[in-house]
Amino acid sequence: MKILVKSGRVVDPKNAIDEKLDVLIVDGKIAEVASNIDAGDAEIINAAGLLVTPGLIDMHVHLRDPGLEYKEDIITGTKAAAAGGVTSVACMPNTKPVIDNLAVVRYVIAKAREQGSANVFPIASVTQGMKGDLLSEMGELKEGGCVGFSDDGLPVKDGEMMRRALEYANTFDAPIFSHAEDLSLVAGGAMNEGPVSTELGLKGIPWVAEDAATARDIMLAEFTAARLHVCHVSTRGSVELVRQAKARGVRVTCEATPHHFTLTDEAVRGYDTNAKMNPPLRSQQDVDAVREGLKDGTIDAIATDHAPHHHDEKNVEFAIALNGIIGLETLLPLTLKLVGEKVLTLSQAVALMTCNPAAILGIDRGSLAVGCVADMTLINPNREWTVEASELQSKSKNSPWIGTTMKGCAVRTLLAGKTVFERS
Amino acid sequence: MSFNPKHVLGIKELSQEEITFILDTAGSFKEINTRDIKKVPTLRGKTIVNLFFEASTRTRTSFEIAGKRLSADTVNISASSSSVVKGETLEDTAQNIEAMHPDIIVMRHSASGACHYLAERLRCSVVNAGDGTHEHPSQALLDAFTIRQHKGEINGLTVAIIGDITHSRVVRSNIYCLSKLGANVRVAGPGTMLPPGLEKMGCTIFKNIEDAISGADCVMMLRIQRERQGASLIPSVREYARFFGLNEQKLKLAKEDAIVMHPGPINRGVELASAVADGAQNVILDQVENGVAVRMALLYLVAGGDKLQQN
Repeated sequence: MKILVKSGRVVDPKNAIDEKLDVLIVDGKIAEVASNIDAGDAEIINAAGLLVTPGLIDMHVHLRDPGLEYKEDIITGTKAAAAGGVTSVACMPNTKPVIDNLAVVRYVIAKAREQGSANVFPIASVTQGMKGDLLSEMGELKEGGCVGFSDDGLPVKDGEMMRRALEYANTFDAPIFSHAEDLSLVAGGAMNEGPVSTELGLKGIPWVAEDAATARDIMLAEFTAARLHVCHVSTRGSVELVRQAKARGVRVTCEATPHHFTLTDEAVRGYDTNAKMNPPLRSQQDVDAVREGLKDGTIDAIATDHAPHHHDEKNVEFAIALNGIIGLETLLPLTLKLVGEKVLTLSQAVALMTCNPAAILGIDRGSLAVGCVADMTLINPNREWTVEASELQSKSKNSPWIGTTMKGCAVRTLLAGKTVFERS
Repeated sequence: MSFNPKHVLGIKELSQEEITFILDTAGSFKEINTRDIKKVPTLRGKTIVNLFFEASTRTRTSFEIAGKRLSADTVNISASSSSVVKGETLEDTAQNIEAMHPDIIVMRHSASGACHYLAERLRCSVVNAGDGTHEHPSQALLDAFTIRQHKGEINGLTVAIIGDITHSRVVRSNIYCLSKLGANVRVAGPGTMLPPGLEKMGCTIFKNIEDAISGADCVMMLRIQRERQGASLIPSVREYARFFGLNEQKLKLAKEDAIVMHPGPINRGVELASAVADGAQNVILDQVENGVAVRMALLYLVAGGDKLQQN
């Protein structure tokens, strides 16, 4: 089975390639990347005018499967991924039951392999049941295919437990993913604390709730010499803490979400529950700092924190609405916008969505080198489209961008050489 | 001028002219409340539902009396007797009420933005009787009405508001209202009760009550919620009373003819010493009295105002 992707602009930061080339896929793997490949009987995909990148990787996704399938499942979640140009996702363990044992890991991986449209790499919980008191069986979970450990929105509160988690995970060279937030400082807040929360009369979440927890986890990573990945940094302070830690040689990486580099807490005005997430949308200063962190390499990856919720869970008073928005299908245009605004080069933008997260997750993806699995995204960077709830593949429609016109989208997504999504 | 808003959700959305118009309208209604027969037929045939998800005596009664004196049919629903305890959502509760065709829903709710939520989803008018820590427009309007009654004009006055600013919807509505009418608004309270960015709403922040009330024309004391005590906001009611309570001695710092206001219910000996609460400068019962007239004006204008009489 041969496929020739012809005449596209190949952007493959891992291999320092950015030029018009052909890519030959044979039996689901990259066979050749060169100009004017003549491959006789190959199926031809004309990529003229398109970007050809390694399949995008979203390292922070909630697939809600098992247990919360009314919000999303592995089938719809990976369909949303494919439609967004994403071929690999790392999924968070806050399912029912929690991903903290091999049985659930096997279920997730098998369902994704058999019925999914993207690769799914589970992130297991740090502690059993995400309860914060007993370590998960990290060795076996890693062996079973987990790429890291996180207690997600129930961050490990106890300092000693976090220390031991870092030390133990390091035994198996797995990173701890930290949703860095001091919940005692969050104290039931519903949005960023600042002039907008004051005006709207909503309880604020201060930036120090994130900074204080980020600082602790970085200190613990430094102390244990273990790997820490800070999820969804949203404040000026946490970006700066990661920057300084990297300069000191701490083994820390971090990610940022499109909503945190695109929107401010002004979006909450009108009590739009699709502007409610955790960490919350912050101030313009914070947004600027996140963008600066992406530009200077402090932030390693762009991840969506795709968090589907049912309409009924959002169609309520702001204070009781659940946190989170979907993001897989808007990742690409929002990231390309940073290229348009000269925050990132195209190569940087692609790296943040391909080889960088691949390196953190330790997966053999994010590269178009000969011999690699042919996960590939064909992107029309100029095509304008409007986000319509009815068109979204995700089971949930909780996006603040419904009705917004975006520029740039995946027009074809290939998973191991097989087309899993095509936009007409 | 004519002004017939579909909803009254907050003071923020109102212009200075609109606020003045509401106050003037209230002025024309006030006299009805002192008649022998306290009823006019203006809202005859209209149905007003007072939907109260939080305990309230003063505001609910005031809205109810206002509606009744305008001949509307008023129905009171309080959370304890409603289906909320059965787990019904706010939208479902509201739609069930709307199916009975009320003209106006007056709502109080503990969630900020709850009235906006309702207004976006219902066909009938919504009047905010206090939403969370967001706004309490009828309170601010009756406060402005009372200040105008005693001071003639609000423009140029200095009004000091003291207390738990963070958790007060009265403060937010009053800052919008008074600053739009040209007053200098000062606020003061302990550091744990001053929210960030408040000055952007149109006021000056003071750290102590003495500086805030010096030379003020009007001192508005807020009720301190006793449950805040010990909940890391204030160590004790006793300490609060000492540093932020208003007594006769502190009141001397304000102008000699300053008035003392309170949205009620007052905690005697806490934010307000009894001598001040009962003193000559207090206008607290005027506020309550004016509340009925202001709410009559709001219901009248929302229901259609001048157009109503033509029909």
